[in-house]
Amino acid sequence: MGLIITQRTSLCARRWQVSLWSVSVCLVYAESRHHDKTNNDPEAPMSGYHHDIGSKRYRFENLKTLMACATPERSGDQLAGIAATDSETRAAAQLALAEVPLTQFLEEMLVPYEDDEVTRLIVDGHDREAFGRIAHLSVGEFRNYLLSHDVDSDVLAALSPGLTPEMVAAVAKIMRLQDLVLVGRKCRVVTAFRNTIGLEGRLSTRLQPNHPTDHPTGIAASILDGLLYGNGDAVIGINPATDNTGAVVTLLKMLDDIISHYEIPAQSCVLTHVTTAIEAINRGAPTDLVFQSIAGTQAANQGFGIDLALLQEGQDAALSLGRGTVGNNVMYFETGQGSALSANAHHGVDQQTLEARAYAVARRFNPLLVNTVVGFIGPEYLFNGKQITRAGLEDHFCGKLLGVPMGCDVCYTNHAEADQDDMDALLTLLGAAGCNYVMGIPGSDDIMLNYQTTSFHDALYVREVLGLRAAPEFEAWLETMAITDRKGRIIVDQSLPAPFAHALTRAH
Amino acid sequence: MTYPSQPPETGTSRTVITNPWQPLREHTDARIGLGRAGGSLPTAPHLAFQLAHAQARDAVHLALDTEQMMAELESRFDSVVRLHSQAGDRSEYLRRPDLGRQLNNESVEQLTTMNVEQCDLSITVVDGLSARAVHEHAVTLLDHLIPEFEARGWSVGPVALVEQGRVAIGDPVGQALGARMGLVLIGERPGLSSPDSLGVYFTWGPQQGRRDSERNCISNIRPRGQSFDAAAKLVLYLLDEASRRELSGVELKDDSVVDSELGDGNQGNFLLPRDQKS
Repeated sequence: MGLIITQRTSLCARRWQVSLWSVSVCLVYAESRHHDKTNNDPEAPMSGYHHDIGSKRYRFENLKTLMACATPERSGDQLAGIAATDSETRAAAQLALAEVPLTQFLEEMLVPYEDDEVTRLIVDGHDREAFGRIAHLSVGEFRNYLLSHDVDSDVLAALSPGLTPEMVAAVAKIMRLQDLVLVGRKCRVVTAFRNTIGLEGRLSTRLQPNHPTDHPTGIAASILDGLLYGNGDAVIGINPATDNTGAVVTLLKMLDDIISHYEIPAQSCVLTHVTTAIEAINRGAPTDLVFQSIAGTQAANQGFGIDLALLQEGQDAALSLGRGTVGNNVMYFETGQGSALSANAHHGVDQQTLEARAYAVARRFNPLLVNTVVGFIGPEYLFNGKQITRAGLEDHFCGKLLGVPMGCDVCYTNHAEADQDDMDALLTLLGAAGCNYVMGIPGSDDIMLNYQTTSFHDALYVREVLGLRAAPEFEAWLETMAITDRKGRIIVDQSLPAPFAHALTRAH
Repeated sequence: MTYPSQPPETGTSRTVITNPWQPLREHTDARIGLGRAGGSLPTAPHLAFQLAHAQARDAVHLALDTEQMMAELESRFDSVVRLHSQAGDRSEYLRRPDLGRQLNNESVEQLTTMNVEQCDLSITVVDGLSARAVHEHAVTLLDHLIPEFEARGWSVGPVALVEQGRVAIGDPVGQALGARMGLVLIGERPGLSSPDSLGVYFTWGPQQGRRDSERNCISNIRPRGQSFDAAAKLVLYLLDEASRRELSGVELKDDSVVDSELGDGNQGNFLLPRDQKS
């Protein structure tokens, strides 16, 4: 992951404690209005949205409020003071939301068009023709439509440009986990650079060989470990210890040399700020993918020090190198629910909807990889395993429906109410949902970023139980190197494949 | 009933496949070379992980031993004050970071009645996400720093010990004490291999509303991480530079703060033969 790393103003490698300043002001403001918005006084003037339960009328002032109240419980929306105050309010909001026509999402903006270039990107880029086939549906009917047998991968792919993030987020809010899995699995978003990612029945991994001080031996040791456990087809991607351009160039060369020497059909990335990546390319660094953390509002992206024009510059720079062999998807984005709130740039919109808006940013640049870093930011956004699990599946569903090649950093921090069992459950569900890739790290322990994500072994587990395989080009390489057998099972024993045995003698 | 004994098929040597690259562990704390049972984690590394997670979880929930810390601080400083954030307990602290950044009314009153007009340096010791880090390392680090502060002739204001606090709580403390510079020692978010990691945050002119970009941070201070000696040197470097330039944060960033062992990327990169390295 690298979401926070670009937020940290490069003061030091790890600054977790500090984020989310000045939220308290907005909290008080939102809560005091909240009661007005959802009051059940039948004498109140008709406006916005409502749903009646018995003699109670639940009112929601606008679409933004309705969406926030309809969102399944999560700590980030509570922190922002926009969540439903009780369970019945939430259920009423979901019932009201189900009645909203999809066309309403093209009329009523959650984040103003004039203020936000992400909204403008969404509205100006909307394909009305593709939207045509669902234009008559409400959110509730849209859910039924997505679940129906006739709606298959091809239909969904054709529909994708006609969908906005807000529509997709809305329907996610009234779906159960099994719906998110079922529809997510029907979507297919295939991308390519030096191999092909996202094909049916495939699950790739990012080999994440982070080291707290970028020690070359430490990085090399984790890469060796990962490759010999069959990981790394999505990308070999390092979160560097510093944003120093010289260090980034050195790491890029190191990864490029390793990929060339072992003829690995995979790509590399150093997850640094897009401006640093552009500078590295200008200095001639062998750059496969340009990385950036992105969010769903212009203001939150400003917090990351980016805008759409800068991302375009990054994509152009990477494309100019022409390093892809089987495809030209050159961007790698990371996202995560709560990033806009932590930048105090959420416009009172719930975090799941803002996350979906980040995918509108992503799809503009034809990325190779996009992953939500679902449990990373901390319990103030997603409190426990239940919230992390749901968010991971929502994000995968929304991204895929919008045509984004979704992966997931299935992860948690030690101050969240979550553990390995929660991660096993989410990983298995994502595997069933056809997730493009997950992370792979030695023993689940990122010693640089201080969080736990999926391990090399975890990838082997989920491939085994769900019959999934690595990207075809990488799978062939693993077999040629005698790392896996024809079933994709690891066969590395005491005697290593020759090139790696040679390498190991150099280490001692 | 008796069971046939059949060690050959199921003995440990057959079901757990070890990795010949396991000795590389001496070069990294990463959990490499764990071996496998089938494709899965063998029992020993699996349970070692569970233990590490348990320790990290306990570190998050361990309460600050205020009595012991007060005693340790009082033996070193003229004036020590015990404060509390607006977060009532750990559960609220975890859900509401905003409350952890503000002092409760009682604490504000306490600072006001101390009537300190100004000082060169305020020191705020905060539990953060690992009271264990504070228990084990805060005083040791201070012992490295105190003689240097004295040598520079800096006046140190009353030392604050804060429960359920976040980094930014050093701002209202420093502001109330009229401090030129604010130093916060805080327990960092525990990593799986580092439940006892102490962080130091430095702010020039601490006052409510300072932004993260106006701070400098030294992270991972613990016996197996950044050493006390190195950390103290960095703190003093920052304080000296800040005194000269009267600012902190991004603009104070200097390459001497960057902690990298990357070098030219070749030293120790055993994956490449010598002649193929670029």
